[in-house]
Amino acid sequence: MEIEAFCKQSKVLVVAGKGGVGKTTVAAALARLAADSGMRVLVVALDSSGALPSLLGTPAGLAYEEETVYEATSGGGSVGARVITPDDALLEYLMDHGLKRVAKRLVSTGVLDVVATAIPGIREILVLGKVKQIERAGAADLVVLDAPATGHAVRFLTSASGLMDAARGGPLRAQATEVVEMLHDPERCQVMLVTLPEETPVNELIETAYRFEDEVGVMLTPVVVNACYEPIAGLGAEVGAVAKAAGEELSDSERAALSCASVFRLGRERLQEEQINRLEADLPLPELRLPYLFRAEIGPEEIGPLSEALGEAIDRLPDGFRGRAAG
Amino acid sequence: MAQEMARDLADLVAERSIIVCCGSGGAGKTTTSAAIALAGARAGRRACVVTIDPARRLADALGIGKLENTARLIEGDWPGELSALMLDAKGTFDDLVRRYSESPEQAERILSNRLYRNLTSALSGTQEYMAAEKLFELNESGDFDLVVVDTPPTRNALDFIDAPGRMTRFLENRVFRLLLMPGRASMRALSVATQALLKTISKVAGSEIVEDAVAFFRAFDGMEQGFRDRAGRVEQLLSDPGTAFVLVAAPRRDSVGEAHYFSARLAGSGLPVAALVMNRIHPDFRSGEIGPGVVSDSGAEAVAPPSEPRAAGVLLGALRQNLADFERVVEQEQGYLNQLEGGVEGAIVQVPYLRDDVHDLAGLSLVAEYLVGQVASGRA
Repeated sequence: MEIEAFCKQSKVLVVAGKGGVGKTTVAAALARLAADSGMRVLVVALDSSGALPSLLGTPAGLAYEEETVYEATSGGGSVGARVITPDDALLEYLMDHGLKRVAKRLVSTGVLDVVATAIPGIREILVLGKVKQIERAGAADLVVLDAPATGHAVRFLTSASGLMDAARGGPLRAQATEVVEMLHDPERCQVMLVTLPEETPVNELIETAYRFEDEVGVMLTPVVVNACYEPIAGLGAEVGAVAKAAGEELSDSERAALSCASVFRLGRERLQEEQINRLEADLPLPELRLPYLFRAEIGPEEIGPLSEALGEAIDRLPDGFRGRAAG
Repeated sequence: MAQEMARDLADLVAERSIIVCCGSGGAGKTTTSAAIALAGARAGRRACVVTIDPARRLADALGIGKLENTARLIEGDWPGELSALMLDAKGTFDDLVRRYSESPEQAERILSNRLYRNLTSALSGTQEYMAAEKLFELNESGDFDLVVVDTPPTRNALDFIDAPGRMTRFLENRVFRLLLMPGRASMRALSVATQALLKTISKVAGSEIVEDAVAFFRAFDGMEQGFRDRAGRVEQLLSDPGTAFVLVAAPRRDSVGEAHYFSARLAGSGLPVAALVMNRIHPDFRSGEIGPGVVSDSGAEAVAPPSEPRAAGVLLGALRQNLADFERVVEQEQGYLNQLEGGVEGAIVQVPYLRDDVHDLAGLSLVAEYLVGQVASGRA
């Protein structure tokens, strides 16, 4: 399907996944991809200390104020980024409700903690409320939310319906209702799940996918399988024999090293196939594979190639693909 | 690194009474904690691991498939004992309330309070505090020589150490405690700002929220001292010389960054990192050797080499590229290890990138062997 159509499916995309699977990397690559197809994208992080600043090339960190971190060479697209921490959102809300002058004391006296405990989910609701406000204002064509690690992500997104049960009335309940409306409308919000082709992350992805549908009622985009090896045809042949067939003589040490690396690669490729097959059998969602880049460290330079790879994977999706219906 | 300072993980396992594993999410903390406890049992100690959120298959293999408050003994062929439990934060807190309440009625009032019921899930730091509390309790029980705790995945690495103090401050909240003063005196004692705050909260979220909070602090009245003393003893235990902090990291930028931050902050609190476990390390391909558990042992069907020289040349080129690619990864990993070396008092232990995620005792045994140096990871 077309990249532009994919990126325009929904106004808000929540990127979620287990810690260490590259969720933030995927959020950054997706934002770049959408910007390169002419969209104004806003990436929202929930805390200022995560991996996002270094991926976006803003090592000094992101702030509450939006900062433009990327401009497409053509088409007028751009990526902006900002941080909305749950505490920020709560403070802003209380300040908007007549507590501007005492905001600092709310934190220092611990009252903020008591409020947040008495109303579980209030901070999360308010972050989502803020995202909803941005979405409604149309300030960005696409909002990419870098969600907390999966267990927390489900709780994060269910906070709204939980709060509707707890708060009987008032502006907070109204806020929660509007957030739930946004989560249930696939044209406004969808969730993109990210995994590695390894056992535990795949298990967690499958489990979380069903929880997102059942408990949150949000639509899921195709899942992203990050860091996949591209199979080498003929891998597994004995290295000495390959060299001989190619008419080359290898030293013992080179043969040992090449063979060690190819045995290791073969093992990882097989494991990857096993896990992807399992994922496909257990979860009826299309997948987008991103390549393993042979780097322990992903920085801004890798985001370009990853965004291209994401674009190619989207291109290979069947036309007219729609995300999976919620519920 | 000063060699005389260096302590192997095997020494820590043999000598310490508490090992706290900390590090970022996805670094293999739970598996490492369980494997350290197993290493303890194999060294003849009565070891117990407190896990927070184990992968289901591992939990099932350990027989701790559900939240529990008491440790469960795991049968196995080792000279010591191995027990495990999956932390039930809410249940642990309930026990504490029962222990420190002056009467069963007071305990009941607290346990049924709405704010209290939200506490473990909504107040950050509560899970961490309960993990520390459980650690304290298991240590006090005298049933174990070694308690290993897997800390909750947290963005703020020091939450675990700060948790007891943070909880005490929460329970002693001055604003709400003033509300407990009799009659109108309570309203007089509150500043105008606080009254405005309470009014606003009532307005935006419903007055029952404030009532719940006041009822909670009222129900808790009289128990603060007990809680504060207990929290103080928990804190003391964490800084006891018998306690070791082991940092668990994966060779990724975020994990290494967090490990740096953590070791600096721990050192700043006078609690040096006793050892670093670096998981998911690639083999040293130049050595030509791959450690146990890294690739499948099941016989791979032999692939015939291409018969045509040009195709063979292409494949050989791809194999060379593959080696070069992996060597770049190895180099980056080595760079991370070198960077972290200065911040760690004791040994840096490398555990290879294993083929399977650990999900049974055999897998844990292998990790335990890597951890205490009974098998080498193949890296210098």
